[in-house]
Amino acid sequence: MAGPRRFPDYLREMQETIEGHARGFGLDFFPIIYEVLDYKTMNEVAAYGGFPTRYPHWRFGMDYEQLAKGYEWGLQKIYEMVINTNPAYAYLLEGNSLVDQKIVMAHVCAHVDFFKHNYYFSKTNRKMIDGMANHAALVRRHMERQGQDVVEDFIDTCLSLENLIDPMSPYIQRQREAKPDDEPDDDVPRLRAKQYMDKFINPPEYLEAQRKKKEAERKKAARRFPEEPQRDVLAFLLAHAPLQPWQRDVLEVVRNEAYYFAPQAMTKIMNEGWATYWHSKIMTERALTAAEIIDYADACSGVLATAPGRLNPYKLGVELYRHIEQRWNKGQFGKEWDECDRLDVKRDWDRRLGLGQRKIFEVRRLHNDITFLDEFFTFDFCVEQKFYSVGWNDKASTYEIQSREFAKVKEQLLRSLTNRGQPFIYVEDGNFDNKAELYLRHRHDGVDLDLGQAKDTLKALAKVWTRPVNLLTKFDGKGKLIRCDGEALSEKAAEYTS
Amino acid sequence: MSQRIDLDHGRFRQIIRGKIKQNLRKYISQGEMIAKKGGDKVSIPLPQVDLPRFKWGDKQQGGVGQGDGDVGDALGGQPGQGPPGQGPAGDRPGEHMAELEVSLAELAEIMGEELSLPRIQPKGTEKIVSWKDKYTGIRTTGPESLRHFRRTYKQALRRQIAFGTYNPKDPVIVPIRDDRRYRSWKSEPLPQSNAVIIYMMDVSGSMGDEQKEIVRIESFWIDTWLRSQYHGIESRYIIHDAMAKEVDRDTFFRTRESGGTMISSAYKLCAKIIEDEYPPELWNIYPFHFSDGDNWSIDDTHTCVELMKSKILPAVNLFAYGQVESPYGSGQFIKDLTEHFGDDERVVTSDIKGKDAIMDSIKEFLGKGK
Repeated sequence: MAGPRRFPDYLREMQETIEGHARGFGLDFFPIIYEVLDYKTMNEVAAYGGFPTRYPHWRFGMDYEQLAKGYEWGLQKIYEMVINTNPAYAYLLEGNSLVDQKIVMAHVCAHVDFFKHNYYFSKTNRKMIDGMANHAALVRRHMERQGQDVVEDFIDTCLSLENLIDPMSPYIQRQREAKPDDEPDDDVPRLRAKQYMDKFINPPEYLEAQRKKKEAERKKAARRFPEEPQRDVLAFLLAHAPLQPWQRDVLEVVRNEAYYFAPQAMTKIMNEGWATYWHSKIMTERALTAAEIIDYADACSGVLATAPGRLNPYKLGVELYRHIEQRWNKGQFGKEWDECDRLDVKRDWDRRLGLGQRKIFEVRRLHNDITFLDEFFTFDFCVEQKFYSVGWNDKASTYEIQSREFAKVKEQLLRSLTNRGQPFIYVEDGNFDNKAELYLRHRHDGVDLDLGQAKDTLKALAKVWTRPVNLLTKFDGKGKLIRCDGEALSEKAAEYTS
Repeated sequence: MSQRIDLDHGRFRQIIRGKIKQNLRKYISQGEMIAKKGGDKVSIPLPQVDLPRFKWGDKQQGGVGQGDGDVGDALGGQPGQGPPGQGPAGDRPGEHMAELEVSLAELAEIMGEELSLPRIQPKGTEKIVSWKDKYTGIRTTGPESLRHFRRTYKQALRRQIAFGTYNPKDPVIVPIRDDRRYRSWKSEPLPQSNAVIIYMMDVSGSMGDEQKEIVRIESFWIDTWLRSQYHGIESRYIIHDAMAKEVDRDTFFRTRESGGTMISSAYKLCAKIIEDEYPPELWNIYPFHFSDGDNWSIDDTHTCVELMKSKILPAVNLFAYGQVESPYGSGQFIKDLTEHFGDDERVVTSDIKGKDAIMDSIKEFLGKGK
């Protein structure tokens, strides 16, 4: 495999031009370093999530094989890849046409602008290349000491639990900090009364009973562990599972990387939409020559294509930004607009505010996919873009168009994005049944778990916890407690209260 | 960028090999790999290699799509393939992997490990018969037809730059005699194939489709193994009922006759092929005969035994007879062979009771390392 080639001059010039255009439009990005890769190296880097070095694990090899197959069979080709670091690294595929390279550069500028300014990326490690390399070195060192199979096996286990994090936790405070004056105040509120009446208004027996009740509650609370259900299962395991030092390191690596990648999953639609919006704008308004227009259109149609029953985040994203831009340009927002119910007035509504650009820049700074869609996915947009919800038809054994009703479509859309499209799992009790068993709870929001997978995952969890683990969930409308004691799995009916 | 991915990829292939090995018996008895054969690779349906996660069940999840269509229109997709709603279009592969490609050589190796088959000691030395020219190098002289344009051009460019006669504004390159570069070749010995498998199959009325399927599967694996042991290998196919004829591979597996059975006819043809085309001192010869064991007459069986003793056995590495159980056959022939050749090393017989017995039968055939 050849190392990175020298970045050719004509591409450097192209980069300068495109970045000039991008800055002219107000995009603001970290310095971007391009590398031109042949498709093999491209697939390799892609398998590593865009990083040159990751810890050794067969999963990367599997991803690589899939990518390589996809390329060989002509099914797919990675045009572009960029990682969230400062400076940002982006990769160009050797042998792409110049138009393609231009599009990619414009696209990458917008991605990096997004990384730099979107709130949900604000807490990510911008030196993650080093971070990944450090992780790799750490894992390798443990592999040398403990043996590759042992460590790899444990990585498998951790990766099964990888999604049990709390992606919002860097941005909000989940638990109130312990009050410094945590001294139990024994006072039971009493009603005001003249002294001679006090015995009757605040009868001592009653006060005593109240005091006891409070005491009991406090004791109960103290015995609860964790105090509040905890979503970051990995953090709980790190803090309380009896891990060996090397295991702790591995789990920490996996958790750290999961947090690093989480914002990308939370902003997929926005990020791709933003990049598509800008490459389209930069290309069509500035960078394209007449000779390139057909190739450009061809490439674009590929990016924006929709297949039945599939959601194309590029398409949804870019259309929504354009919709927002238009609404804010024409002043189609606010109380007056919302309350207007005359279609003819609405159709011709144009206040000539020209706030569109400002608005979309604001949107890219503040939102993630869920809030983005919750706020801007409107009835008009849904109808205009012909969205529908997809459901499973048991009789016909196929997926079908379920509804075109706005409320349904939007609900489905938001649900599929909530928690990055994954079930909510909480640690409820780390000392279940007073036997140091772990007790998790699946917050059921209408969709059952894949039970087969859930059971295998519990096995992985039991390996880390080293004591039996339990999961409360609801299946087919009935509460169910699944228990794994390391080897054997058992199930029993249980009460599920929401 | 290093070749780290090769290490990870290697680990992944190892895991796959392990899975294939675990399921080898199933694959073999179901014959699923052969059907998908193409070139020198097979694709193997493999239970998904992936890590379990807490995730939603497929069916209820649904999704959102975009485009034309009425409520109730089917969108396709099978249960287990995942909901169509999520996922970007085209920039990442799907999560589910159903098939894996493995080369035949690797497959043979896996089978060899699983069945602990000994490697075959070819008899005689490998005769080098032919030479093949390979264009591997560049030299400064040669015929014009072999001129290497790009190398010549590069050489001329290099020279002009060195002499300072290259003008980037007017990049005309004129090669002179010394710049010319020509492809050169090396002759490499090509070890010629020196092993032949002669498949014989009874296609009389009593051999049903199921029996043939077994023969087909078994011969595929024998083929795969022997191919991994020799450089190139030839296969010949003979079918017989009361008469024998040589056919191509396709016909071999498809033909269904209804006549009686005279095994000697096939052995005669086999002996003739060996005599005419494959001098035993140069060739490793493997006749495999599959039948339901129902021969026409005892006389014919005697003829067979005579033929084997006088013509076939002296020439071959191994003579294998596989008897496929059939509801119509008497299954007498295998007993006859055992009676006459029971202690002859060169003869292996195997009674194949059904698809599940294929593995064991392969082991019986190839376990001698001949």
